[in-house]
Amino acid sequence: MSALIIDIILWGSVAALGVIAWRRGRLVLTMSVREGTMDFINIVPRIALGVIGSGYIAAIIPQEIITGWLGPDSGWLGILAAVIAGAATPGGPVVGFSIGAVALKDGGGAPQVIAYVIAWALFAFQRLLLWEIPFMPARFVWFRAAVSLPFPFLAAAIGRP
Amino acid sequence: MSELPLKDPAPADDAAEAEPRPGRIRKPIGWSMIIIAVLVAVSAALVYRRDGIDGVLEILTHDLTLFGGILPRVLAGCLLGAFIAEVLPHEKVSRSLGPKSGLKGLLIGTAFGAILPGGPFTAYPVASALLTVGADFGATIAMVVSWTLIGYGRAVAWELPIMGTDFTVWRILISLPLPVLAGALGRFVYVRMYSRIAP
Repeated sequence: MSALIIDIILWGSVAALGVIAWRRGRLVLTMSVREGTMDFINIVPRIALGVIGSGYIAAIIPQEIITGWLGPDSGWLGILAAVIAGAATPGGPVVGFSIGAVALKDGGGAPQVIAYVIAWALFAFQRLLLWEIPFMPARFVWFRAAVSLPFPFLAAAIGRP
Repeated sequence: MSELPLKDPAPADDAAEAEPRPGRIRKPIGWSMIIIAVLVAVSAALVYRRDGIDGVLEILTHDLTLFGGILPRVLAGCLLGAFIAEVLPHEKVSRSLGPKSGLKGLLIGTAFGAILPGGPFTAYPVASALLTVGADFGATIAMVVSWTLIGYGRAVAWELPIMGTDFTVWRILISLPLPVLAGALGRFVYVRMYSRIAP
């Protein structure tokens, strides 16, 4: 259901921008469609490798190992461990959030779980390699990841009781 | 890989587009792809040793299905990126999201990332398009970080049902200032890192 909504919004935005391009002239429309299709063709092999391969990477990094890093230690060492766990978590949102939810139930302190979720969202290595690097200049991707490093810690500091 | 000759006749009726657009970079297979390939190969070999050929095939079919489902969205994302690169006027983007756009540029980037529909298949092509048409690293970082931390897509679809409302709302509240801070830090570091190399 939510997938359907995403698709409708997504293709709706494409259509809306397509109309804007078309009003600028036919050539602008055909040029952009051409450009986008070329990007697509270029990116498909990279995405294929990442998406098809990510199942294997997820299969050899068991969730229990990651969960183990999210212990009850809510000191800075615990938060550092949570950030490393976030960066190392393979797979999509279900894996990341499920690990967070388990940690929350098992008594992982809230600041670590927040640090974990934010680190995972900001620089999970698999998303960097699988999604960001194919689409964006590598220099930007590494720069952005490096700049993001302090923020899970900052969020944990704000989230402390 | 750039089709320069084909780009010449494009800006027919728009004076703002008169300057030649810097061609979008299509990267050859770089070392990052080699790292992924090696990582995947090693992981697949380990799965084979542990679970045999059945384990390998099971993951393969599952991931192929996933890939098939994602493919149309990747196409949509690429088209979105291309349209944005073509439709948005270069100088306007560099004014509102460029290196001199200040706090306002970071806020615009943050707002844009927060409302952007779709998943990684839209966020990254669009961010890449913004970089092409004149946004600086700072504003683009704000956009990507905002999409990943306060974008509603992932929060509504995954975080809310799995983590619960309390955690999700609290987490998003804490995250609100982070895109602007990350963008500002990015700008600060970028200027100091690259100003000496490229004045």
